[in-house]
Amino acid sequence: MTDHLIEIHGLKKTYQSGNTRVDAIRNMDFFIDDAEFITLMGRSGSGKSTLLSILGALNHPTMGKVLVDSLDIYALTAEQRADFRSEYIGFIFQSFQLIPYLTVLENVKLPMAVTGKKNNIQDRMAQDVIDRVGLTAKIHRLPDQLSGGEQERVAIARAIVNKPPLILADEPTGNLDSKTAGDIMALLKSLNKDGHTVIVVTHNPDMEAYADRTIRVQDGECLI
Amino acid sequence: MKLHNISFGNIRRRKGRMLFLVLGLVIGISTVVTLLSMTDSMTRDIEEKLNQFGANIVMVPKSENLALNYGGIDVGGVNYSVRELDQAKLADIKTIKNNKNLSIVAPKILGPVIVNEKKVLLMGVLFEEEIALKTWWHKSEGAFPQKENEVMLGSEVADQLGFKSGDSILLSGESFKVAAILNPTGASEDTAIIADLGAAQKLLGKEGKISMVEISAFCQGCPISELTLQIAEKFPEAKVTAMKQAVLSKMQSIEMFKSFSLGVSIIVILIGSLLVFVTMMGSVNERTREIGIFRAIGFRQSHVMQIILLEAMLLGIIGGIMGFAVGNLIAWGLIPIVIKDGTFAGINSTLGGVSILMAVALSLLASLYPAFKAGNMDPSEALRAL
Repeated sequence: MTDHLIEIHGLKKTYQSGNTRVDAIRNMDFFIDDAEFITLMGRSGSGKSTLLSILGALNHPTMGKVLVDSLDIYALTAEQRADFRSEYIGFIFQSFQLIPYLTVLENVKLPMAVTGKKNNIQDRMAQDVIDRVGLTAKIHRLPDQLSGGEQERVAIARAIVNKPPLILADEPTGNLDSKTAGDIMALLKSLNKDGHTVIVVTHNPDMEAYADRTIRVQDGECLI
Repeated sequence: MKLHNISFGNIRRRKGRMLFLVLGLVIGISTVVTLLSMTDSMTRDIEEKLNQFGANIVMVPKSENLALNYGGIDVGGVNYSVRELDQAKLADIKTIKNNKNLSIVAPKILGPVIVNEKKVLLMGVLFEEEIALKTWWHKSEGAFPQKENEVMLGSEVADQLGFKSGDSILLSGESFKVAAILNPTGASEDTAIIADLGAAQKLLGKEGKISMVEISAFCQGCPISELTLQIAEKFPEAKVTAMKQAVLSKMQSIEMFKSFSLGVSIIVILIGSLLVFVTMMGSVNERTREIGIFRAIGFRQSHVMQIILLEAMLLGIIGGIMGFAVGNLIAWGLIPIVIKDGTFAGINSTLGGVSILMAVALSLLASLYPAFKAGNMDPSEALRAL
């Protein structure tokens, strides 16, 4: 049995493009504990986004193991990994990535569409998280009727609505002004205080202040 | 939030693309509906027209001898006893299984009568049935006989005996009025005196007897030989013969129309399917980012496929209903133009149901590969587009 929430052992990811091989992740070994706030920092192309997608059970590594709660997630089938993502992970994507034809409420309820929860329960859970991110008044608006900061809040609400233990955020403040970025990081910090483990990919050194720990990624390797 | 909410939302958002897809289905389904309606109308029209060509089944008393005549030329030499059928039994013909396919039943009695000391062929008929059967009968003068004591003369008989309409004629000593003279037909009636069936039976001393029956029948769903067999079973003493040539030409014409319609329908359906396929593939490619998000937040491959197939099904239903309506509208407008005296048969609810089912099946089939592709999209690849 392990004491860590996430354990990475001998992780390697190579992309093949024609005759060219690119080692996005060379050799990584690290762990992350439950309820930690981690920032993954590194320059563009360093491999941090690839690492995040591997942690999120989206990208099969070339070698190595990823254990979450002692579960080897890449030993699961594709459909089991989908169920794992639904239960364990909340994703916050770069540039919000909301579904443009769904309202704020519908976007937030989206991860619950495959959970079998009844509509009234979905509504209550979605309403709770929308209240928490401060968008109650804009619940029926479409994404293009919201500001960048508001769209990011919707993305966060969508990521936490199923109450996943792990929140993965890829450059969540990349498209925001510094004040709004600070607000978003504060919101993520408050979620962390509530018990969510938060891993944020960023290249903004100011964001380190919110983290318990920073993992630096350089040329596909971790500099802890 | 359920999967169908996502399908509805996408249809609402991508109205133009979805309209294009529905258009493909509407074109396919409406073409099939139009062609089927037209084929149906043409079939009915041909059926009616060909039926006007006369009898296609002949019933005569059974004989053990072979007739020695061809094209009206009797080479004689063989004596045979003439037998007749019982007229009272003729009503049984209406009890055969396919009695609805019997159009005209025209019994007749044949025998010689003496006119001006000459033997002439007397043919007793039911005028109403006979005139309906022989649409090529045209009178040169007078009116078709209405009463028992009126007769109609074949053109050669009128010439040779020197009668005209309105004259009186003595048939075996009994007086009749010549109501009409028939134009030359090139057939046996040119040399016959045509009288009412009852009157002729009396003159010939053959009350209640008939020499032959000509039948006009058409059976769209069954072969004419089936009808012939059914009649023969009812009249074991009669020889029932189908005039196959006329029937075959009827069936061939109809089959030709059906094959043509089927061919065109298949081509149009294939084009429609291709349109649905291309549109759905385009839609899936356009939604790579969206599918990546779905997969990342925990949607299974089957969930993504369900979303795409649900959209296809909804659009199939819309396309089917619209295609059926448009097809009927085109058929309604086109049939009177394309088919002389043709009329639109009306809305066929069975065809409506089949059209919707066909559109849904078509849409689902054409969307199967795009849905499979969407479901199998590697989420990490899809998310690279983010």
